[in-house]
Amino acid sequence: MTGPILRAQGLTKDFRGFRAVDGVDLDVTEGSVHALVGPNGAGKTTLFHLFTGFLKPSAGRITLGERDLTGKSPERVARLGMARSFQITSLFAQLTPREHLELALAGGSGITWRFWRSDKALGAYSERALELLDQVGLAGHADVPAGSLAYGRKRALELALALALDPRVLLLDEPTAGMGVEDIDRTMSLIERVRAGRTVVMVEHNMSVVSALADRVTVLQSGRVLVEGPYEEIRHDERVISAYLGDAHAEQ
Amino acid sequence: MILSRLAARPLLLALGLVAVLALPWLVYPPVAMDIVCWALFAIAVDLLLGFTGLLSFGHAAFWGSSAYVSGLIALHSGLPFPLAVLGGAAFAAVLAVPIGLLSVRLNGIYFAMVTLAFAQMVYFVVNQWRDLTGGENGLQGVPRELFGMDLSDPFIFYYVGLPLILLGMLVAWRIVRSPFGRVLVSIRDNPARAQALGYPVERYKLLAFVLSAALSGLAGGVFAISHGFASLHDVYWTTSGQAVMMVVLGGIGTLWGGTIGAALIVLLNDYLATAGFQEIGIVTGSIFVIIVLVFRRGVWGTARDLVQARVAARRRTTTRLRTAEE
Repeated sequence: MTGPILRAQGLTKDFRGFRAVDGVDLDVTEGSVHALVGPNGAGKTTLFHLFTGFLKPSAGRITLGERDLTGKSPERVARLGMARSFQITSLFAQLTPREHLELALAGGSGITWRFWRSDKALGAYSERALELLDQVGLAGHADVPAGSLAYGRKRALELALALALDPRVLLLDEPTAGMGVEDIDRTMSLIERVRAGRTVVMVEHNMSVVSALADRVTVLQSGRVLVEGPYEEIRHDERVISAYLGDAHAEQ
Repeated sequence: MILSRLAARPLLLALGLVAVLALPWLVYPPVAMDIVCWALFAIAVDLLLGFTGLLSFGHAAFWGSSAYVSGLIALHSGLPFPLAVLGGAAFAAVLAVPIGLLSVRLNGIYFAMVTLAFAQMVYFVVNQWRDLTGGENGLQGVPRELFGMDLSDPFIFYYVGLPLILLGMLVAWRIVRSPFGRVLVSIRDNPARAQALGYPVERYKLLAFVLSAALSGLAGGVFAISHGFASLHDVYWTTSGQAVMMVVLGGIGTLWGGTIGAALIVLLNDYLATAGFQEIGIVTGSIFVIIVLVFRRGVWGTARDLVQARVAARRRTTTRLRTAEE
């Protein structure tokens, strides 16, 4: 665990007068699991979109290692070693899990430009694809359309897709959202396994998942960093408690 | 049963080939040529609409400009007509680069509107450049040159022109079942996801657009040579609309469905025109509405779904029987 691999400085995003992310400074230590928590609307997902180039920041800088990522396109960011999963399961309905992973693995090889070749050429990635599917527990579902997979399996495929890019930084947007207890346990042990050799940043609402996995936690509120520290520390912080309770009051 | 499933594709292919070869015996040969040209055009449009998720409403620009360029090459150079047609297709591909660059970043209705606008610009240029295109009179007297052979009989020309069309269809089929084609499908289903996997979505869409334009150009070129002229109608927006209509009738994303749509519309137009019917649009429009309402996935798509459902049902009964035996 060395210096910060992912760093945000003064990151700001305005949507027509509404400031969703407001001057966020964030250092993610290499090799750590870093959780972003906070009430709804705190700007967590917007922050993810900014990191991965799906949104352009209004101000501020993002660096990955030595590289400036500010304003880079999503495909560039993915190629530079930061992969993400999506909060809402986001797959290609007509393709099978094996085909998904072949695509993820083949990207950047140039083979995917060859419109004159048979798609059997992608079979070269089939073995590695099956390995990854096995890793996330989908080996038995490699060849059915992804659209027909059960919810938990779709989430597992999401994770496998991000892993296929072999990223230095893996961004997971609510990896356990909408899951039952069993699936949550499986996903947690999976994240525990795949974090080896990488950095994981995740948005997560489930505090037991956060406490079990995260080395550091950043609490966001209204687009700003409220508190940052290890879980045990922030758990007792009054500002955090009031932020969550305040949110609960507002909802009632 | 596995054997019968494997045999289904070659059987379908053989049936298709027989149908294509028998066509000028069944219908008036120039009409047969029209059907296969429009079929390739529809397939090219489906490459974008069904496999990339882009509804182009301006493909007349490629079909029509290639019709003119093919005609001009044939008229002024005396080259064999397949070379003239390939020249037209190449022109359509080149024309598609700037149009594509400016439109593929848009989605849905915006993409359709921008492609339509560009096609109207092409129409305007063709209409104004009278010295070259003949304006409202069109480009007349395009010859059918091929090593001095006599191709004046449309029945013979059908078989001479057909290989170009089949080549185009083969290319479209190859594209759809290539690594590139799989990226296109992923972009159609979920562009953001494809981007997150590192794919520069807009550049893939651009290549798909150019390939589709080239195939449309190939079809338009053969069409012009077959008719012996190119007319303003070839670059008019109704031509774009008719191609989209054929794809929808046949089934979006089926590739071969376009051939059915093309056959239906060309035959219907021909029948109504020979019968002296004035308001062809009302009839084709009504039939279009009815088919779209009854067959949601087009003729080909619906037939495919029915066959797949039957195969699945049969598989279920055989597994049930097998488990019962055990």
